[in-house]
Amino acid sequence: MPIYSESFAAAFGLLASSDRDLMEILALSINVSLASLVLSCVIGLPIGAFLAMRHFPMRDFLVGVFNAMMGLPPVVVGLLVYLHLSRSGPFGWLGLLYTPQAMVIAQMILITPIIIALSCQVLEDLHEDYKDFFNSLVVPKRTALLAYIIDARYSLMTVILAGFGRAISEVGAVIIVGGNIDHLTRVMTTAIALETSKGELALALALGFILLAISLAVNFLVQWLKASARRRAYV
Amino acid sequence: MKFAILFAAGAACLATAAIADNAILVQSTTSTKNAGLYDYILPMVKADTGITVNVVAVGTGAAIKNAMNCDGDVLLVHSRKREDQFVAAGYAKQRYDVMYNDFVVIGPAGDPAGIAGGTDVTAAMVKIANSKSKFASRGDDSGTHSKEKSLWAMAQIDQAASSGDWYRETGSGMGATLNAAVGMGAYALSDRASWGAHANKADFKIMVEGDQRLFNPYGVMLVDSQKCPNVRSKEGQIFIDWLISAKGQAAIASFTFDGKQLFFPNAR
Amino acid sequence: MSNQTAMAQRGLMPITVQNITLTLNERMLIDDLSCIIKSDGMSVIMGPNGAGKSLFMRCLHGLAKPDMGQILYADIPLDPVIRQQQSLVFQTPTILRRTVLANLLFVARQRGIDDPKISMDYLAQLQLDHLAQHPARLLSGGEKQRLALARALIINPAILFLDEATSNLDPASIETIETNLQSVSKQGMKIILVTHDIGQAKRLADDVLFLHHGKLAEHSPAKSFFQKPKSAAAKAYLAGKLVL
Repeated sequence: MPIYSESFAAAFGLLASSDRDLMEILALSINVSLASLVLSCVIGLPIGAFLAMRHFPMRDFLVGVFNAMMGLPPVVVGLLVYLHLSRSGPFGWLGLLYTPQAMVIAQMILITPIIIALSCQVLEDLHEDYKDFFNSLVVPKRTALLAYIIDARYSLMTVILAGFGRAISEVGAVIIVGGNIDHLTRVMTTAIALETSKGELALALALGFILLAISLAVNFLVQWLKASARRRAYV
Repeated sequence: MKFAILFAAGAACLATAAIADNAILVQSTTSTKNAGLYDYILPMVKADTGITVNVVAVGTGAAIKNAMNCDGDVLLVHSRKREDQFVAAGYAKQRYDVMYNDFVVIGPAGDPAGIAGGTDVTAAMVKIANSKSKFASRGDDSGTHSKEKSLWAMAQIDQAASSGDWYRETGSGMGATLNAAVGMGAYALSDRASWGAHANKADFKIMVEGDQRLFNPYGVMLVDSQKCPNVRSKEGQIFIDWLISAKGQAAIASFTFDGKQLFFPNAR
Repeated sequence: MSNQTAMAQRGLMPITVQNITLTLNERMLIDDLSCIIKSDGMSVIMGPNGAGKSLFMRCLHGLAKPDMGQILYADIPLDPVIRQQQSLVFQTPTILRRTVLANLLFVARQRGIDDPKISMDYLAQLQLDHLAQHPARLLSGGEKQRLALARALIINPAILFLDEATSNLDPASIETIETNLQSVSKQGMKIILVTHDIGQAKRLADDVLFLHHGKLAEHSPAKSFFQKPKSAAAKAYLAGKLVL
């Protein structure tokens, strides 16, 4: 199909010329995705570790809830965040609607359950391995939590990568809360949606290829890191 | 400790939005945005007034609701009846004419309903309904959708009864609906500007145009600060004044796509 | 190593076990066991498989809780403070996914020993210093267990438990470990080990606790135990028979 060659050519052209609009959109995509990913990890990793370590009556129920939340439809989350951030909503006074910050918030809500559910799974296995040793040493819970996260760092990379994948491909929520405003809240995915709606299919596909390339690059980097970690028996 | 610092940094990112002080938010329609009108005139607005205009483009129905929720400073849409209701309900002090264009019926070159070259839109719609030729509707409470529904009513056809059959409601913006129409070989009602600027036309052409009932006027309103205290009335009014000024009107008129003018200024 | 061990030890010994019982899934795994373990010498816990040796040690160290009875350290019931003056070397050590030195530092820092030089000294003592930056999980079985012993010793415990710590190890590693144990024992650290290696028991034990079916069949000085065991089960065990 001719559209493939057209799109590849367009993609190379855009990248080679460092097209200003493209660079702006790329930068915002990466900023928003990274910010939401970092915040989700800061919140989600300790919760995942806590759930992996402790067994209290509500624990299984909570793990089930977070597992279910991994499947939250982005557009529903976008709508809920929109309603809360709207001027007529409870947090309207913050003036966050139609800003990149709103997009970060929406993405955080989507990514944090992923981080919690998957890190809990990873750390549960580690807990089984380490718990007698830590018990014998009488290690305080907070130290143990940190030790789990550090020792599982390579397995957690896969978890974080899953979160990144969700963030960078997100469009449903961010287009509602961000408004896809030119030079303000337009990211790669919403730009692709816009170009598609303008019928500019080759350009939309070109942007899609660029986004894919970024995702692939990140994935390859992490795979390489994990391979070297495996060789050193750190996983 | 490290967690606390990271979290604070993240929270700082979330701190109250750093929107430019001289910026307003306009709730508008996909037809104007996709045509590229805003890309053309907004830099001029910025140069002349120093105001950054941020546009959120959704269907007219959504734009009006958003404005009623105080999530915008200015409303620019094309649904006269609902604009008048907006003013009557006190959400704006007045409505200004700003520009118009017209709607057209587009369709595949094969023209299964045989309506090509027509100037009577309701007659064409009767032919489409009778031949059960596919028709793609916005279905999203937009200005275009309202116009389309009123035309079916004038043609005395109950198109909703055939929803899912030959009448396909996409529930999407103009561009997405046009993509869907082209994709399934369906007729559609579109504003001339959106169709003109749409890149994915395949073999589709304009089938019906020129009917007086296809007149499509746009109106602009400043959201009233009594209903919505957060509205930037000063900058919003400056923007509106620019649009209806001789300079703004000339700018609208000078916007062309493929050599054709898409919007016609009509401010008084 | 300092005299801290001896001083701490005076505070924890003797260990008085009073009628402890542990039942799991309706099986009585430890059956009304009582004994007194004194501070001198190395105590070895022996018995056939399934006798409850490891479980008994876990009770002594607080990793398992008896359903009945109590364990007193110098008349004080076992609590976290007392547990922090103990170390246990497991049969299969838990090696952190870090370097050898990092493994040792982790434990050292738990007890406030921040100086890396002290850690390196302990590695040297167990002939692991050349592997300090090596990923610890890539070590051989013997090296891992020597690391586990280094970790156990660096916190200067008053009591060192070893739960079948040298089964599956090569003789060279066993020798290194036993030499270290004898050395720290002479300096006052109380050592209690579980083993099914009769040769090792003969080499190290000063007194022997022989368990059978969760009961303490016999608790005697090593010499008399090996020459003239009192219980029939011990007799059979030492003769190399299967003890049912």
